Amino acid sequence: MKLPRQEEIWLVISVGVLVLSMVITGYQAFALGMTPPSGTETIDPQKVDEHEVFSEPGVYQTGENEYEVVMTLQMFSFTPGDIEIPAGSTVEFIMTSKDLVHGFQIAGTNVNAMVTPGHIQTITETFEEPGEYLVICNEYCGAGHQHMSTTITVK
Amino acid sequence: MEAATLKESFIDKTKSKLGVSPEDSRLSLTYLSLAFIILFVGGFLGLVQGLNRAGLFELPPWFDYYQVLTSHGILLVLVFTTLFMTGYFYAGVSHVHGGLSPKVRKMGWTAFGLMVFGVIMTVATVVAGNASVMYTFYPPMQASPWFYVGLTIMVVGIWVAAAGIWTSAVQWKKENKGKHLPLFTYFGVGAYLLLFLGSLGVTAEMAMLIPWAFGWVETVNVMLSRTLFWAFGHTAVNVWYLVAVSAWYIAVPKFVGGKLFNDTLARVVVILSVVLNVPGGFHHQIIDPAITEGVKFMHVFMSLSIALPSLLTAFAMFAVFARAGKRKGAKGIFGFLKKLPWTDVRFLAPMIAMIAFIPGGAGGIAQTNNQLNQTVHNSLWVVGHFHLTVGVTVALTFFGITYWLLPYLTKRTLTPRLNKLGVIQTWIWTIGMLFMSGAMHWVGLLGSPRRTSFSTYGDNATALSWDPYLFLLAIGGTLLFIGVALMVYIAFHLMFKAPKGETEFPIAEREANDITTPRWTERWGLWIVVAFAVISMGYVIPVVEMIVNAPPGSPPFQPW
Repeated sequence: MKLPRQEEIWLVISVGVLVLSMVITGYQAFALGMTPPSGTETIDPQKVDEHEVFSEPGVYQTGENEYEVVMTLQMFSFTPGDIEIPAGSTVEFIMTSKDLVHGFQIAGTNVNAMVTPGHIQTITETFEEPGEYLVICNEYCGAGHQHMSTTITVK
Repeated sequence: MEAATLKESFIDKTKSKLGVSPEDSRLSLTYLSLAFIILFVGGFLGLVQGLNRAGLFELPPWFDYYQVLTSHGILLVLVFTTLFMTGYFYAGVSHVHGGLSPKVRKMGWTAFGLMVFGVIMTVATVVAGNASVMYTFYPPMQASPWFYVGLTIMVVGIWVAAAGIWTSAVQWKKENKGKHLPLFTYFGVGAYLLLFLGSLGVTAEMAMLIPWAFGWVETVNVMLSRTLFWAFGHTAVNVWYLVAVSAWYIAVPKFVGGKLFNDTLARVVVILSVVLNVPGGFHHQIIDPAITEGVKFMHVFMSLSIALPSLLTAFAMFAVFARAGKRKGAKGIFGFLKKLPWTDVRFLAPMIAMIAFIPGGAGGIAQTNNQLNQTVHNSLWVVGHFHLTVGVTVALTFFGITYWLLPYLTKRTLTPRLNKLGVIQTWIWTIGMLFMSGAMHWVGLLGSPRRTSFSTYGDNATALSWDPYLFLLAIGGTLLFIGVALMVYIAFHLMFKAPKGETEFPIAEREANDITTPRWTERWGLWIVVAFAVISMGYVIPVVEMIVNAPPGSPPFQPW
């Protein structure tokens, strides 16, 4: 099929944009380690409380300025809630759901992950700015979904 | 000339002059009437929801926000669109084939019966409060089993409707050996094929969910069912888009005094859309667990490739307008814009639909890139995005089609007064959507979630800062409902009240120097094989992974 000249130019430019966006996404993902959360470890969703990690949800310091938050999500709360951490800390959130699909989003940051029953999801964020961050469930999870929230206070 | 051939050509001519037969017309009108009734109901639910989300209106406990939202989504994104698509393609195929065969007509009616039966069953479970599970019904949230059974019956209805169009295409090919399928039918065959391919995923999901919902099995594989859903969920909206595109190529050139840009290109767009689309659903799962980074990156490629046919279309449309403008004496690069019939609603509505796809498509390209997706996933941004693509690009094109399709079917005419009302409707819709979709995009970037009834999260300052945008959203939603009411009035006016007369079914002619369409465009068997190859490339690895490395299954939850 022969295309008109202008159409060739148009296609080269627009496909170029697509390729460029892929290259940038790939570079960020694999060279800068910015891949979206993709936890592949599994867990029995009916035995979360007996799990070696999730039997004790909480905030754990793992190094200087490094924290781990072991969190369960359930209708309609986050455990632990109202977390406090010092400014400049890097926090790894290790999460699973005890019932249905929830979302974990910290408004004003790029922290956004789906937390499904049966999988352990992880996401890491460094909190430089002090303040109170709103954490919400952004996947509809039932009648009380709009109340499922907590906060992270960075001091 | 022999008497027989003379008679035949006379019949042909009367058919093409008089258009669709009364029986075919009745079938399409039934589909379209119900489509507009559904639009009214779904639109009203949208209004109620917008007002609630802004904190202006409280919903009663017997029909809460999530019941409203589930019904709104299913009625508008699934039912209105499917009904309109079927009414449109059956009318057009009847027109270009000189009538449907009794067998095809019967299939059309059977499909209608199945769809209506399925929809009533599904919506009844939602209204009864047993299925507030949204259009996506992610397990382990579990609806009444009849919700899933109803949807399955609806899908079977879609298959019967598809089979009807395919049958008519085969019959036409038999009667016209060696000729290319008319372009309109070609779009119909492709659109239903894509819908069929997409529906395979959701059908497999139903085979998992129905036994689970009846309690015959105790648990369900959450990730697998999500993945199967999105093979359908995203493909479906691309089918509605392909239906809109068919009208852009075939009908719109008629209203600008132009011709079909390039017959081969239009067919290539259909082929690419059918072949590339199904794995696109994966970009709804970019921040899901259980899918590796490598697979997610491959799916950025697969999703971006869907943009290719749209880019071809974008060029073709503006080329048609520029050529038509030049014929009318337009000067300069953008001179053609002045020569376009902006006051003719049959042009204006699809034109705004096309323009909306520029930001709509660009937003889609942006949010399918992994990291960018992470910033907006499940925020109101996404809702803004699909109200731009489905709510404007698809819906306004469907409205644009209505202004000639209904009078064509009812042998009436679009009066200047009704045309004017249509222009007003189009602008109300556009402005309403600018408010609503604009506010959704912006507040979504700030973090406001989708599918959440009004909440200040305990008067949290961040959440309170979203309120002004949500108010704009409600203003937009109100304007849109006025638009819906006007459109439904116009549609029924065109059906029953408009003056009698003849309206043409617009089929653009080919350019005199258009190249001969190559034979390979007709090789559907090959395209189906290629489509399955692309689907396998997208799904085999992650789906096998989800089955082999599945965690223990999830029991059901009914959190309402």
